[in-house]
Amino acid sequence: MGTVWFCLVAIMIAVYVLLDGFDLGAGAIHLLAAKTEEERRQILASIGPVWDGNEVWLLAAGGTLYFAFPALYASGFSGFYLPLMIVLWLLILRGSSIEFRNHIKSAVWDPLWDFLFCSSSLLLALFFGAALGNVVRGVPLGASGYFFEPLWTNFRLGEETGILDWYTLLVGVLALLALVMHGGLWVQLKTGGEVRSRAGKLAARSWWGVLALTAMVTGITFRVQPQILVNFSTWPWGLIFPLLAVTGLAGVPFELRKRSERRAFFASCAYLTGMLTSVVFGVYPMVLPARNPLYSLTVSNAKAGNYGLRVGLVWWVPGMILAAGYFTFVYRSFAGKVALDKDSRGHGD
Amino acid sequence: MGQALDVHRLHFAFTITFHYLFPQLTMGLALLLVYLKTKALRTGDEHYHRAARFWARIFGINFALGVVTGIPMEFQFGTNWAAFSKAAGGVIGQTLAMEGVFSFFLESSFLGLFLFGEKKLGRIGHWWAAFLVFLGSWLSGYFIVATDAWMQHPAGYRLGPGGEIELSSFWGLLLNKWALWQYAHNMLGAVQTGCFVMAGVGSFYLLTKRDEDYGRTFVRTGVLVGTIAALLQLFPTGDMQGKMIAYSQPPTLAAMEGLFQSQQGAPLAILGQPDVEKRRLDNPLELPNMLSFLTYREWRADVKGLLEFPETAWPDQIPLLYYSYHVMVGLGTIFIAVMVVAAILLWRGKLYDSRGMLWILMVSVPLPYIANTAGWMTAELGRQPWLIYGLMRTAEGVSPRVAAGNAWFTLIGFMGMYAVLAVLWLFLIYREIEMGPEPGRDGRGDFADAPAD
Ligand code: HDD
Ligand code: HEM
Ligand code: HEM
Repeated sequence: MGTVWFCLVAIMIAVYVLLDGFDLGAGAIHLLAAKTEEERRQILASIGPVWDGNEVWLLAAGGTLYFAFPALYASGFSGFYLPLMIVLWLLILRGSSIEFRNHIKSAVWDPLWDFLFCSSSLLLALFFGAALGNVVRGVPLGASGYFFEPLWTNFRLGEETGILDWYTLLVGVLALLALVMHGGLWVQLKTGGEVRSRAGKLAARSWWGVLALTAMVTGITFRVQPQILVNFSTWPWGLIFPLLAVTGLAGVPFELRKRSERRAFFASCAYLTGMLTSVVFGVYPMVLPARNPLYSLTVSNAKAGNYGLRVGLVWWVPGMILAAGYFTFVYRSFAGKVALDKDSRGHGD
Repeated sequence: MGQALDVHRLHFAFTITFHYLFPQLTMGLALLLVYLKTKALRTGDEHYHRAARFWARIFGINFALGVVTGIPMEFQFGTNWAAFSKAAGGVIGQTLAMEGVFSFFLESSFLGLFLFGEKKLGRIGHWWAAFLVFLGSWLSGYFIVATDAWMQHPAGYRLGPGGEIELSSFWGLLLNKWALWQYAHNMLGAVQTGCFVMAGVGSFYLLTKRDEDYGRTFVRTGVLVGTIAALLQLFPTGDMQGKMIAYSQPPTLAAMEGLFQSQQGAPLAILGQPDVEKRRLDNPLELPNMLSFLTYREWRADVKGLLEFPETAWPDQIPLLYYSYHVMVGLGTIFIAVMVVAAILLWRGKLYDSRGMLWILMVSVPLPYIANTAGWMTAELGRQPWLIYGLMRTAEGVSPRVAAGNAWFTLIGFMGMYAVLAVLWLFLIYREIEMGPEPGRDGRGDFADAPAD
């Protein structure tokens, strides 16, 4: 049961990264890709109707994690207290800037929200990457089952780790570049004119960075978290996950050259999915590795009671089918390039 | 207030109180929007479509604030109440996860369509979008209330080998009797907020002699629905909440009423200030025997006072609890009076011209917010000293490794951020009201008003 929920939560997180990833990425390139008022509104319109729904994947994944692995939720969330609160503030700023920007037209109002939107998206991408880095590296969990990490210590990977050290920062930068690519491809797909070509160029350029960092981070990760190598040699079929990532990454420039924007975006989805599933596969059966492996939280020592997990399956499956249905419907309804109505200002967005 | 426990409590109390300012209007307005859309569909009258679009804009702003302030709530269970989460996450995580899976997805997907897709969806499709947003927000209310109700009155659980609390009956958790009544009462509170806001805005238009046909629609809708909600708020739902407390949380009832000595034929205090040190109610104004009757339907029934219980079982904020409860009930009584009088005037056809009543409706807008907040404070303070009633003390639930200073830091951070959000919210809502329901102002053009087909 623990393993089943481990996979389900992983799927939800992956969907979150794919979906919210493109709107975070769109935010991160907002100031660079769009220069005029018209262009900025194009970017916002490309995510306007869907960003909140995308973010709900984070909440739903969080809730699922909560009931399936309560001990993990408790120990992880209280241990990452400070960075999580910062993430919350960034989410508040970002949500507000998307929702409030278009209500008023003024020479000071728009630029302010544009700046907040861009910077909060950028920092969120960085922080999410660093969070992933923390999980891979392991946290200073002790016998009590709790820990508390400062934001940073000496940036080394010793016993007394901080949230930010050279490794987690590196993962953060990789995440940022990957989402810039992902978001750039989305914006290219959804817009026209200048924004479209600028976003495409940004995506193509960040691809090089993603390529370089992926190679580098992968190499380092094997040393930082030895469990990963163990898992891949025990179950070699798991190599399909990194394979998916590599294929996806190779697919991006390939499809871009063929000018198929849609496929390029899907290739980037494949890359992100492949990377995430590789990590998840690599740390299994740990859900939160500790610096001292004795105290790691695993699928068996962090899970909730079996009855609850079984009941959970009964509602989770139909619930997810429904959710997938809504998403298909919504994305269909807003399919195609965004068209800016001569006046979308003030209409609730 | 240097103790971590107190800071964590204040942290949660502050953020949840602020969060709930928004969902109460969302949930109330969602119902009224379905009503307006139904009217529009049935009469085919453009007037109702425009009225609905006006409220949809306000809804959108309000919803956005509900979303950004709601996300911190879910995180805080883990960040600030880790020990509680570890012990009870297997149970309350169920309802919280179901809220995400069943309601937030529904709500957020269809809100996008509701706000941006009127042209694409057509009239019937757009009605459905409104309805699904309503369904999503009301479901979300249910799951969260069921979570809270489980903490008030645990059901459907058993204790595992390591003392952790495990789910043992899904339906026991989901159909907790406490949850059903609490939900009914709470949703009526939200509907009242929606009605007072709608009627208040309508009164503003009538009093300032602008957009008067909309003003009449808003006042009428608010008063009609509001009267029903105000009455149901007291009976049967409020009454039933009181009875459940009398049976399941007797020290809480005593503290809410400021009753120290056990009494046969206990009086109901209307006014008075509890003095915990002297263990009595100062300057009480009481209705004799009333409390006994209301809780047990018997004039001479025995009601237990606080002194009957050890002090370790007392809620720790007795005066605040007492005042919250009395503010809620007092306002509830006032709402009934206001709404019923307005409804009578409406029936007689005089409401739109009676400036006095319109003034009252307009200035009452903040009151349901106060009543809802006071109601939740009653519930949450009354639950003390338990975090999960009878199972876990509040002091046992905090995160063991998060120091008071860290919690202060983030609490102050939230306060600053929320102060700015509150100003923005008032400003943006005021602007919408100022621009009014007619299209064409502020260069808004006819985008939102293009016929839906
Ligand atoms: C407009 C809002 C409003 C109004 C006018 C009232 N209430 Fe209320 N009340 C609420 C809004 C509310 C609430 C915010 O919805 C609460 C908080 C927790 C809950 O479930 O509902 C609540 C809780 C609550 C509780 C405590 C439940 C607990 O401790 O768990 C009782 C006993 C009552 N109510 C009873 C009444 C009575 C007798 C009223 C007389 C008219 C009344 N309420 C009016
Ligand atoms: C709008 C609704 C709510 C308001 C205004 C509210 C208010 C409060 C207040 C004032 C406190 C502090 C109590 C104290 O420290 O003495 C508190 C604590 C708390 N509430 Fe609520 N509450 C609301 C809804 C909920 C819901 C729905 C849940 C659960 C899902 C919940 C869970 C908690 C928890 C875990 C605490 C901290 C522990 C404690 O102090 O008891 N609250 N809330
Ligand atoms: C501890 C308690 C609470 C938690 C964890 C919580 C969580 C959340 C979250 C995460 C959202 C944003 C959803 C989105 O992104 O679409 C939200 C919004 C909402 N919440 Fe809460 N909430 C709490 C208390 C309450 C209470 C007490 C109610 C009402 C009874 C409520 C009703 C709603 C509704 C209707 C929304 C929809 C959007 C809006 O605010 O207008 N919540 N909540």
